Amino acid sequence: MSERFISPVVKAVPPSGIRRFFDIAGTMKGAISLGVGEPDFVTPYHIRSAAIDSLLDGQTQYTANRGLLSLRKEIAGYQSIRFQTDYDPEKEIMVTVGASEGIDLALRMCVRPGDEVLVPDPGYVSYAPCVTLAGGVAVPLRTDMGHGFRLDADMLEKAITDKTRALIFPYPNNPTGVVMRRADLEKIIPVIMRHDLLVISDEIYGELTYEGARHVSIASFPGMKERTVLLNGFSKAFAMTGWRLGYACGPAPLIEQMNKIHQYAIMCAPRQSQVAAEEALRKGRENDYQDIETMRRSYDRRRRLMVDAFTQMGLDCAVPSGAFYCFPSVRSTGLDSETFCTRLLREHKVVCVPGTAFGDSGEGFIRCCYATSVEQMTEAFSRIRAFLDTL
Amino acid sequence: MEQMKMDELKSEVLEILQQDCRYPLEKLSVMTGKPLETVAQAIDEMEEDGVILRYRPIVNWDKLHVNRVEAMIEVRVTPQRDMGFDAIAGRIYRFDEVKSVFLMSGSYDLLVLVEASTLKELALFVSEKLSTLDTVTGTATSFVLKRYKQDGVIFEGGQSDGRLVVSP
Repeated sequence: MSERFISPVVKAVPPSGIRRFFDIAGTMKGAISLGVGEPDFVTPYHIRSAAIDSLLDGQTQYTANRGLLSLRKEIAGYQSIRFQTDYDPEKEIMVTVGASEGIDLALRMCVRPGDEVLVPDPGYVSYAPCVTLAGGVAVPLRTDMGHGFRLDADMLEKAITDKTRALIFPYPNNPTGVVMRRADLEKIIPVIMRHDLLVISDEIYGELTYEGARHVSIASFPGMKERTVLLNGFSKAFAMTGWRLGYACGPAPLIEQMNKIHQYAIMCAPRQSQVAAEEALRKGRENDYQDIETMRRSYDRRRRLMVDAFTQMGLDCAVPSGAFYCFPSVRSTGLDSETFCTRLLREHKVVCVPGTAFGDSGEGFIRCCYATSVEQMTEAFSRIRAFLDTL
Repeated sequence: MEQMKMDELKSEVLEILQQDCRYPLEKLSVMTGKPLETVAQAIDEMEEDGVILRYRPIVNWDKLHVNRVEAMIEVRVTPQRDMGFDAIAGRIYRFDEVKSVFLMSGSYDLLVLVEASTLKELALFVSEKLSTLDTVTGTATSFVLKRYKQDGVIFEGGQSDGRLVVSP
C-alpha cells in the first residue's frame, strides 16, 4: 500500500546482483566464500588503538565538514608521495564516508538532467545506479577479454556523444584486476581533453598492484587535474572497510560544491574513523608504508596461487595486476555466469560472484577474491575442480 | 641467481613457511613466482647455513591435559675471564630440562626457560642443578600460568572472519 510513496526513479534502479547469492549462502553451512570484496586482514592494531585513544580522550564531536585539517594535510602528503598528485589540503581535499560517498557526490555535483556518463563495463556495481539517481544516463563502455578488459581511445571516442558529461575511471579495476599503464593513459587523455569530459577517477585499489605495475593516477598528467575528481580511501590499502572512510581530491570549485552536498546530507565523516585514518597515514609516512606492503605481498602470493589454479583447471584467466580479484572465464563450461555460480554454490558450496553483477560485459566470467586464506582457497579450488568434472 | 635476489627470495620463503611450513615446494614456487628448483635451492641453502634449524608445530599443550610445568628463570652469573657468558650459558643449556636460554640486558644476565612434568621436579632442578653451578650467583623463578600467544600465534580467542559472505 505504501508503494505509492516511492519515486519511480528509485524504484527503477535494479537491486544489486549479488544479493541473491548472499541470501543462499547465508543459510548454508560450510560454504567457502570467494565472493568477498574486502581484505581478510583486520585493521592494523596501532590504527585501531589510535581510534580507541581518541574515544577515551573524549574526542566525540563533529569535525569540519571537509574533515579534520590535520587528516587532510596527511592525505595531501600521502597522495603526493605515493601517486605524485598535488592537492591543497584546505581547498582541494574533502573527507568522505568511504570512496562510495565520493562517487555519489562527484556525480551529483556534475550531472545535469539527461547528461550521459560513461561507465566501464564490467565495473563496480554502484556507478550506474548512482548516475541514474543523479538524473543522468549511464552509458556502458564495454571492455572485453580480447583487449585485456582495457579501455582504449577508440572505444572511448565511439561512445562519446554531445551529451557526454563525464567518464568514470575505475582503475585498478574491480572486478577485472586491470591496471591502466602510463602508455594506456597517454592514448586516452587526448580524447578526454578534446571532448572536454570530467573524469571521476576511482583509485581505491591504487595501492594494490603487482608485478611492477605501479598505479599511475590520471590526475598526475599535465592538464588533467583541473578536469579530474580523484576518489580514494582507506578500505582496501589499510584494511579499513568498516570504518567507512574515504576522500575526494579535485579542483577547489568542484570540491566546494561536493562539500555542499556532503554538508547537507552527512555533515562530516565519523571523527573516530578520521583519527584512525590520520594515524594510518602518519605511521605510513614514518615507516615507508609497511602495513600496506605487508598486506600487498600477501595478496600477491595468493594471486599467483589462484591464477595458477584456474589455469590448471582449464579456465581462461587473464593475469590480474591490481586489486584482489581474479576474473576467469567460464565460457568453456557452456554455462552462463549466473548458472555457473548458482550451481557451484548449491552443489559444491563455493561462493563466487557472477560477472554479470558488474555489467553485461561480465557475462561468461566469475569474480573470485583472493583475499582469502590459502587453506580456504585450496579447498575451494578442489571443490570447483569437482564441480567442473560433473559438467 | 644473483645474491640480492636470492636473499629476497629467502626472506619471502621464510615469511610463508612461518605461516605454515607444510606447504609443498610446488605451492611455494607458485606463490613466490620462482621456479621450483630455485625455491628448493633457497631452502637447501638455509637449512645448510643453519638459517632454518628445524620445522616444528606450535602446540597448545593445555588442550592435551598432559602434566607439564614451565618456568622462566632469571639467572645472575659471574662472567668468566675470556669466556664472558658463553661458558656458563653452555653449562646451562645442555640440561634437557632447559628449552631456551637468552643472554639479556638489564637486572639479570640469563633468561632460562625450563620445562618439567611436575612442580617439584622443576623446583629440584633449580635448587640442585642450576643454583649449584659455580658462577651462578642468584636465581628468580616464575612459573608460567597461561599461554596467550607464542611465536605470533594467539592460542585462544583469535580473530574470526567477520566479513560478509558476499560484498561488491
